[in-house]
Amino acid sequence: MPYNPALVAPMRQEMTGMGARELTTAADVDTALGDQRGTMLVFVNSVCGCAAGNARPALRLALQHGVKPGEVVTVFAGQDLEATSRARQYFAEYQPSSPSMALIKDGEVVHFVHRHQIEGRSPQAIAADLTAAFDRHFAATV
Amino acid sequence: MTGHVFHPGHHELHGVTVVLETHGSRTYVGRFDSQDERGVQLHDVGVYDAGTAEGSKEEFLRRCDKFGIRSEHRELVVPGVEVAGIQRLIDRVR
Repeated sequence: MPYNPALVAPMRQEMTGMGARELTTAADVDTALGDQRGTMLVFVNSVCGCAAGNARPALRLALQHGVKPGEVVTVFAGQDLEATSRARQYFAEYQPSSPSMALIKDGEVVHFVHRHQIEGRSPQAIAADLTAAFDRHFAATV
Repeated sequence: MTGHVFHPGHHELHGVTVVLETHGSRTYVGRFDSQDERGVQLHDVGVYDAGTAEGSKEEFLRRCDKFGIRSEHRELVVPGVEVAGIQRLIDRVR
C-alpha cells in the first residue's frame, strides 16, 4: 500500500528541487526510457530515511560535478507502484532495490548503484562513486 | 563509515547488506536485522553453497555487488553456532 502522500511530498520535492523529472505512470516511464538517447540517471526514490536520506543529498552533490547526466528522472518505490515496476523492466538484469540509481546511455544501463552501495555511507562517499561513474561513462557524450 | 550506526537504537549492522560466512558450505548475503539467542536474522537473502554451486564464492559475491542480491529467502535466521563471520558486502568485495 502506498505511503501517505503528505509523508513523501518532501522526498519528492528534494528530487525535483535538484532538477529531476518525476515519472509517475508507466506511460511516463515509456516516454522517457522507451527510445532513450544521450545520458540519463534514473533515481529510484524510497522512504527509507537512512539509505534514501543519504542517497538524495549524494545525488545533489554529484550533480554539481562537471560531467553529469543529460537528464535525471525519478520514480518512487512504494508510492508510484506502476511507474516503478515499469522502470525496473528497463533494467531487469539488476535485482530491484530502493533507493537505487541506474545510469543509462543511449538506452543501455552502463552503471547501477544498488541500495547496498548506499547503506551506512556518507553522501560525500556516495557522491564520489557517482562522479567517478559519470566520468567513466558520460565524459565524452555530455 | 566504520563505526557509523546506520539505524540509531539498533545493532550497528541493522539494515546493512552483509556477507555471513558459516562453518559449513553455505554463505549468505542479505540485509542484517538483528542478532539474539536464536542467531542472526537476515532479510532478502541470497545463498551460495560451495557443495552445489558451479562458480566460486568470490564470483558469486562480485555478481551480488554488480547485479544485486537474488533473494531466495525473505527472512532467514542463521543459528549463532553456525556463524563464522559477518562483513559488509561492500567491504567484502572492494
